[in-house]
Amino acid sequence: MKRFLLPLVIFLIVVGFLGVGLNLDPREVPSPLVGKPAPAFNLPRLDDPEKKISNKDMLGQVWLFNVWASWCGACREEHPLLVALSKSGAVPLYGMDYKDTRQEAQQWLDMGGNPYVASAVDADGRVGIDYGVYGVPETYVIDRAGVIAYKQIGPVTEEVLRDKILPLVKRLQAQ
Amino acid sequence: MIPEIGHFALILALLVALVQGSFPIIGAARGNAVWMGLARPAARAQFLLISVAFLCLAYAFATMDYSVTYVASNSNSKLPLQYRIAAVWGGHEGSLLLWAMILSIWTVAVSFFSKHLPDAMRARILGVMGLISIGFLLFMLTVSNPFERLIPAAMDGRDLNPLLQDPGMVFHPPMLYMGYVGFSVAFAFAIAALLGGELDAAWARWSRPWTTLAWVFLTTGIMAGSNWAYYELGWGGWWFWDAVENASFMPWLVGTALIHSLAVTEKRGSFKAWTVLLAICAFSLSLLGTFLVRSGVLTSVHAFATDPRRGLFILAFLVVVIGGSLALFAWRAPTIARGGKFDVVSRESFLLANNVLLAVAAISVLFGTLYPLFLDALGLGKISVGPPYFDTVFAPLMTPALFLMGIGPIARWKQAALPELAQRLRWAFGVSAATAIILPLLLGHWTPMIGLGLFLAFWIFGTSVNLIYQRLGGSEQPLAARVRSTSRSWWGMVIAHLGIAVFTLGVTIVKGFESEIAVRMQTGDVAHLAGFDFTFEGVTAIDGPNYTASRGQIRITKHGVERTVLTPEKRVYTVQNMPMTEAGISPSIIHDLYASLGEPLDNGAWSVRIYHKPMVEWIWVGCLMMAFGGLLALSDKRYRLRKRTI
Repeated sequence: MKRFLLPLVIFLIVVGFLGVGLNLDPREVPSPLVGKPAPAFNLPRLDDPEKKISNKDMLGQVWLFNVWASWCGACREEHPLLVALSKSGAVPLYGMDYKDTRQEAQQWLDMGGNPYVASAVDADGRVGIDYGVYGVPETYVIDRAGVIAYKQIGPVTEEVLRDKILPLVKRLQAQ
Repeated sequence: MIPEIGHFALILALLVALVQGSFPIIGAARGNAVWMGLARPAARAQFLLISVAFLCLAYAFATMDYSVTYVASNSNSKLPLQYRIAAVWGGHEGSLLLWAMILSIWTVAVSFFSKHLPDAMRARILGVMGLISIGFLLFMLTVSNPFERLIPAAMDGRDLNPLLQDPGMVFHPPMLYMGYVGFSVAFAFAIAALLGGELDAAWARWSRPWTTLAWVFLTTGIMAGSNWAYYELGWGGWWFWDAVENASFMPWLVGTALIHSLAVTEKRGSFKAWTVLLAICAFSLSLLGTFLVRSGVLTSVHAFATDPRRGLFILAFLVVVIGGSLALFAWRAPTIARGGKFDVVSRESFLLANNVLLAVAAISVLFGTLYPLFLDALGLGKISVGPPYFDTVFAPLMTPALFLMGIGPIARWKQAALPELAQRLRWAFGVSAATAIILPLLLGHWTPMIGLGLFLAFWIFGTSVNLIYQRLGGSEQPLAARVRSTSRSWWGMVIAHLGIAVFTLGVTIVKGFESEIAVRMQTGDVAHLAGFDFTFEGVTAIDGPNYTASRGQIRITKHGVERTVLTPEKRVYTVQNMPMTEAGISPSIIHDLYASLGEPLDNGAWSVRIYHKPMVEWIWVGCLMMAFGGLLALSDKRYRLRKRTI
């Protein structure tokens, strides 16, 4: 008698998992770089191609590293938030212009506002490969020691900023 | 106007389904003939209404009505007419309407071909099918309406996904759905038996042809999908253990176990609980597959729109239908599960082993498909499960099943003698073992897997030949008379089993002996593979109705004698700006020669992939033989309708 109940029990367990699964995103691949040192880069700056910017320049401070491009539609969504964030002075923002042309990138910043202390130019995307960039925009929170504390895949939203990024930044700045 | 008529027809169909799903079932429990009598007219009315809705949607596609959101998302003014019609089921909402349409076709067929069934049983069967229909109609009318309007209308549509603009696309989903939905008939029979509290050989005889027909469609649908992937995706692969492929394969495995289990229930009155459970599981796996590809829960190349609300609806539907039927099973199975005894060595025991092996195979595939989800839900990380797992698990399960396929048909019911079986089978065993060892060496390459695959394929060939010889040979009657006196059911079994052998042979040879090269080719370059010479003769630009293409020309020669010319293409479909490869294939019974264009390189050169695929067509011929065997079996005269004698 009991063995006839087995199929039902198994089914209900599977359904439980399926229900949980509805709230997960199988396409979201968490970064294996979280907790590891940020990959080194030494790239020309967007505002002055003669000058270079490197990750070592930012050691000793907590900073946000935002990968963006003028051709990226979703970047438009998060841009006003980033501009507001930079004005608030909570944390410095550095950008990386990914697989873009200088002229269009500069135009884009002129039109939408420039929230970045400085932007690096990654024209062929090699630094992006090092960082595991597979979609634009992506944002990294990097601590004083140069270790990646968090990676945001996709545009930064109010909720993510308020619930994840800013509290994390405060904690790291207190270290 | 027309889309609104379609929408309204769906609403009416839902109301009819509500009647069809309730009154007949309650009426059967109470013996109310009037309520039971509502089933057939309701089924027919539903068929008419859903057909109207389907035709309205097809009309919207044919007339390029971009004020309907679904049409605007899946069609385009440059899309040729046949693909505009196929686009009806090219997206989520429309494919649901196809599902509902096919369900109404099966239901109305059951309503016509069921005069020999007792009234209560017929009422319950049609009632259960009505309940399923309620679910799909409700789903469409709430969160997946194909008739939703787009205001203001789009100037032009977003085009059908180019991967789907192919003759195979016109064919594959309807075949597959006929299979999936067809198992709802077996399911309804099983539920009717559980509700009625009795299950006998007559019940098995009634439900067998329906189940076999659904299985035939599913076999054909899966074959069409695999063949389509082979020639459309450009990489020569034909099975990837992708979530959606698995979603169609699991019901097939369970369905195969079901048709064998039904044979035992019909002939010996045993395996009743197994048969009912398998019928419930086959259809449940069809529904689960529907959930998996539409809810965003798994990644798949095939996944439809991923909206958690839709996922939630389907999940709730699954809990009601599958949970309800398994609960009913747990409650009522004890009353029906009384069957005949049989020996450890008997045809029943071999078929029981078959049931168990196929069921375990289906569970393993399910486990592998859902494992990424289990881990993610438990916070244990993200992984993907692919061919390494499935190949490792599937082959050891199928090996004993294929081996038993040779023994089962020879074994006697209830009690068979092992020495007698061994005696009859030694010739087949010898031939298979010899072929397994010698043939690969002749072909140049031996591995255990090739040996095993050849052994099993020739084992089935050998035992089938033995079986036919025993049945037809050694009698005074002329051969033609003996052939005619053997039932179609028996011939169907033999042909279907031979189909499996053909399939196994094809898979073994292709996987064991295929070869490929990827080369950089300039006009005039010659590549060499498997004794053939492939001369690249350049690429010309051509224009299709809704695409632009680069068409390559590759001349195949052997020892200077021309064999054929392949014309692989690299297309860009203009509306979605999506690139597509069309492979150039030269098929034959011995091998396929296959070429596809990669990327254009500098100086007019192209990267080209060339494949030699020995006996790959046998894979699909084997599937067609299986399907043909099934058709033959269900046309057996014992299933011809007789007037019910009271």
